[in-house]
Amino acid sequence: MSRQQLLDLYYLEARSKLIDVAAFLDRVERASGAGDFRWDAFKAALAQMQAATSARAEGVLNALSDPTTEPIPVATTKAACGAWPGRSAT
Amino acid sequence: MRYIEPHAHMVSRTTDDYQAMVVAGCAAVCEPAFWAGFDRSSAAGFYDYFCQLTEHEPRRAAKFGLPHYCWLCINPKEAEDVKLAQDVVALMPQFLERSNVLGIGEIGLNKNSRNELKVLELHVDLAARQNQLILVHTPHLEDKLKGTRLILDVLKADGRIKPERCLIDHVEEHTVKMVLDQGFWAGMTLYPETKCTAARAVDMIERYGSERLWMNSACDWGVSVPLAVPYAAQELRRRGHDAATIDRLVYQNPKRFLSQCSKFKLIEPTV
Repeated sequence: MSRQQLLDLYYLEARSKLIDVAAFLDRVERASGAGDFRWDAFKAALAQMQAATSARAEGVLNALSDPTTEPIPVATTKAACGAWPGRSAT
Repeated sequence: MRYIEPHAHMVSRTTDDYQAMVVAGCAAVCEPAFWAGFDRSSAAGFYDYFCQLTEHEPRRAAKFGLPHYCWLCINPKEAEDVKLAQDVVALMPQFLERSNVLGIGEIGLNKNSRNELKVLELHVDLAARQNQLILVHTPHLEDKLKGTRLILDVLKADGRIKPERCLIDHVEEHTVKMVLDQGFWAGMTLYPETKCTAARAVDMIERYGSERLWMNSACDWGVSVPLAVPYAAQELRRRGHDAATIDRLVYQNPKRFLSQCSKFKLIEPTV
């Protein structure tokens, strides 16, 4: 599809999601108290949106991923939270 | 339109879902063994679950004219207890012979722990010894990248495993290329919030081709959409893909992979 056709197909949906992200950032910043590693990871991932590349989705996913290579000693939970806690510590 | 749902946890779904899937064109449904949302307390719980997957659920699907197949394992979410996993794996051979069992799955990793890796290796060994197809679950969210690399390392390290007989499921933009580059099949799971949307799945198809890719709903007891595959077909149509391409992705591709198990049969419609 051409760029024009893709804009016709997806622009309003993407615009809506973009405003939702902006509102989420405002909402969290208006709130009091400390954040956590997810907030830092989210902002780091946002930087990937401005990258001059056609692999922004991959960049965002990588920014939110555990980059280590060794298995952890033991699983203490089953759930994933969407960001790697270790990145804030590095 | 015809399609195959290659990954759905139908024991968690209602008969209305079966009805909707059949009306939408579903020709077969495949159900990997899964975590029940709580840990089973013994191997006996898995014995009952495997009976459900091989006896009860096929009968329930048959009421809607839908062939039901399954995959067996202890899911990675319950793999921290290695002794329990060993007991469950010991139960599996008697079920693997049953007529609707396609292979071992969905095995893999959840939090990428050492015990999960041991249990993955147990399953891979069983699959290799019995020449079974393998369906792999890759971890969620922040754990997916690392887990996918670890899983591929395990599979590649076992010389008995043929990549073309393994499907690595739940790929996203950061994992799809490494899976395909190493000769494995890749599955894209269509979820409303996690994993990928239909639009992103179509992006990956357009970037990496449709040779060894399939799409699934992985519908279960959580937030998921049993009709996600036909909705993705609609997205393909909106993006200008023709009927033959759509048929290849939602019907021919899963048929081609699953037919490597001789038990997988489809009732081809007669005109």
